[in-house]
Amino acid sequence: MIHALRICLIASFVCLGGVGIANAVFIEERLEDPAEEQRARDISDEVRCLVCQNQSILDSNADLARDLRAIVRERITAGDSDDQIREFLVVRYGDWVLLDPPFKLRTALLWLGPLIIFLIGLALVVLFVRRRSVSQARETVSPLSDEEAADLEVLFGAEDKGTK
Amino acid sequence: MRLKFLLPVLTFAAIFGVMWYALFNLDPTEIPSELVAKPVPEFDLAAVPNYGPGLATTDLKTGKIVLLNVFASWCVACLAEHPLFMELKEQNVVEIYGLNYKDTPDAAAKWLVRNGNPYVRTGMDQKGRVGIDLGVYGVPETFVIAPDGTILDKIIGPVTRDIYEQRLKPLLTGKTS
Repeated sequence: MIHALRICLIASFVCLGGVGIANAVFIEERLEDPAEEQRARDISDEVRCLVCQNQSILDSNADLARDLRAIVRERITAGDSDDQIREFLVVRYGDWVLLDPPFKLRTALLWLGPLIIFLIGLALVVLFVRRRSVSQARETVSPLSDEEAADLEVLFGAEDKGTK
Repeated sequence: MRLKFLLPVLTFAAIFGVMWYALFNLDPTEIPSELVAKPVPEFDLAAVPNYGPGLATTDLKTGKIVLLNVFASWCVACLAEHPLFMELKEQNVVEIYGLNYKDTPDAAAKWLVRNGNPYVRTGMDQKGRVGIDLGVYGVPETFVIAPDGTILDKIIGPVTRDIYEQRLKPLLTGKTS
């Protein structure tokens, strides 16, 4: 049992590692400073490729993604901060270009929606469970009244006599 | 209360309705332009050889509503909308300016010879930088530009007759008259 579990664990780690490796990264040019190059990649990893939609520009080989990667590197060389670079893209393409959209009034539903749905679900579960326990409480057995006990005694008595 | 058993069915129907609507009426590839109500970004481009004196931001502040069409010789969908633009030019409905996106001068000129030139002026954005400033993410795109050079609307993909009637015509006739 433990052995099987271990195999499962190892297999899942191998799979996850495989996904990481399979993620192609497109780099046409490298900035001289490794720290700046890392910044360029970190930013690119969080920018949506507008043509392929659910890929970042870092792992898309679309034409536009290549242009945007070049722009990110260009802005870094020009001395822009990370936020300035994101702003540069947002002004042109909107918040949608960021794979991690900022929390704003317009995106409030996006961020809070899942929480709201969860809370509604939780409320329904609580309501359901409580109602069920109330109805179960109503069904608890009440002791026999004296009359009922007497009737039962008579019936049992008759039966006993009949079998003898 | 006796109809409570309908609750799951109604929930399903509601979700089904929303998804059905989203599937056929919403286009996830259509990203609304961030530049609507903003001025056209600054640019100054050379013309497609033999097609006008070039195109700059100031050329688009014409005092009337004009269209800025992003096209390319390699763009297949552009062929679909081109006849409509030729027609608009012939009928003198609206001035159309052409932004040639990521193309070579030679190919662009040949394409205009073959398909006709509906543009008042053309500009070549060979590196695609003006396109990025305009928020272009695919060709064709068509911008509606106000008399003062601000962007009124952007149509993503080819302009069909339906789109022209529903989105462009109201803008053109409503504000120029």
